[in-house]
Amino acid sequence: METVPRFFRHGPGPLTRLFVFTLLSCLLIAEDTRFKYFPQLRQAIGVIIFPLQKIAYIPANIYDQTGDFIASFNLLEENEKLRQIYLDNREQLLKLQALEAENAQLRKLLGAVQQIEPASKTKAVLAEILFTPRDPFSHKITLNKGSQHHIQLGQAVIDEKGIVGQITQLYPWSSEVTLLTDKDHSVPVQVVRNSLRSVVSGTGKNDELELRYLSVNTDIQQGDLLVTSGIGGVYPPGIPVATVLRIERDPTGDFAQIISTPIAGVDRNRQVLILALVQPESHDTQEKSVIESGKN
Amino acid sequence: MNPEKIKNEQLNKEHYIAQEDVHAPASNWFVAASLIVTLILNFLPLQGDILVLRPDFLALALAYWNINYPYKMGMSIAFGMGLLMDAGNAGVLGQHALAYCVVIYLTQIFGRRLRLFNPLRQAPQIALILLMMQWVIVLVAVLSDALLPDWHYYLPIVTGVLLWAPASYLLKWLLKQKPDPDAL
Repeated sequence: METVPRFFRHGPGPLTRLFVFTLLSCLLIAEDTRFKYFPQLRQAIGVIIFPLQKIAYIPANIYDQTGDFIASFNLLEENEKLRQIYLDNREQLLKLQALEAENAQLRKLLGAVQQIEPASKTKAVLAEILFTPRDPFSHKITLNKGSQHHIQLGQAVIDEKGIVGQITQLYPWSSEVTLLTDKDHSVPVQVVRNSLRSVVSGTGKNDELELRYLSVNTDIQQGDLLVTSGIGGVYPPGIPVATVLRIERDPTGDFAQIISTPIAGVDRNRQVLILALVQPESHDTQEKSVIESGKN
Repeated sequence: MNPEKIKNEQLNKEHYIAQEDVHAPASNWFVAASLIVTLILNFLPLQGDILVLRPDFLALALAYWNINYPYKMGMSIAFGMGLLMDAGNAGVLGQHALAYCVVIYLTQIFGRRLRLFNPLRQAPQIALILLMMQWVIVLVAVLSDALLPDWHYYLPIVTGVLLWAPASYLLKWLLKQKPDPDAL
């Protein structure tokens, strides 16, 4: 039997170890990017690191609170300003309500189908951004609300200006948002000016979105506002997404190259809103009644 | 300096001891705490320019322990910390794990050589190790359909190198804080 004193025992050499761990990492990477057999693994690690992320957020919290404290000195002024804005918005809201009523009536007259559920049927949850990754490869952010706060996969995330992204990974107390700018992320949109429908996709670069597969002679202009069309059911309709930045119409190609910039501060916010689309119950009951009447 | 003078300096016993090359022992708790603290530093919710400049604290800590206390550090620890970093980073699982393993491998190979230098002179060599680490991360990202990053991506190497010497001296100082034996 070989007896080596403990001091001289070293195990496999560094290169062997590196080889073993490289193999292990490659397996993990392949699993994570292609096969996705064990989503629980990510969940488990996510639960482990959650307290660390919480601790890391403490300085930001203190910073915010001191900021609030300093801001509280000119609260009166701000209150006045906000009241003014409220009154302005109030007027517009009243106008909007009148228009909505008129629109509904006109639609009834035309016998048009009711639109997809209006934006008022959404519920918003305020969430704070726990972490923004540093490397330019992952266009994702981590929020401090998770499945324990009744957040669900696929819910839209917005800020005060427009769409930020969509929830793609859920942990018990936190969740991951894939940003608009992610390469694999698309949003169904509509041009406000002429209600042209299309899909805007991320390019993997910050502040750049792409409208793909629109022909060279499409009626689209620089500065056009793109809002969600509501098709697909993930994003509620009418929320601003992007403005068209530049258009390159190359007559030899089939499609125009249309680059736009997101309106929301995709990489600049501390707080965002998670929009939960409340499933319209009336719709289901209507369908049921239709089926029942069909049976009869 | 002529070679003889250097030789004399190295042979001068008192000078050698005064160089403080003999490390104070580090407890396992201290190593573990430093890794957790650096992971938290990596998770700080920074934004904008500061985020671009943020060095990879965890990689620096792993390199420091593996150079100065190789028996306290291993590839399995680095792999585990890398997994935690990946999950927090919302990136590909295994990306940072592989990169940190490469850091451990390189520091293990060059560790004995690096220990000959003082932290100020180690710093440029650390830059190369950090560059290799970032290339591993880029390689994994590109293989999983990402675009090549622009030059901002390599700025943390600069900040990491600038941080290396102060951090090394700080850790050395922390490790030397021993209770006074005459206190009782």
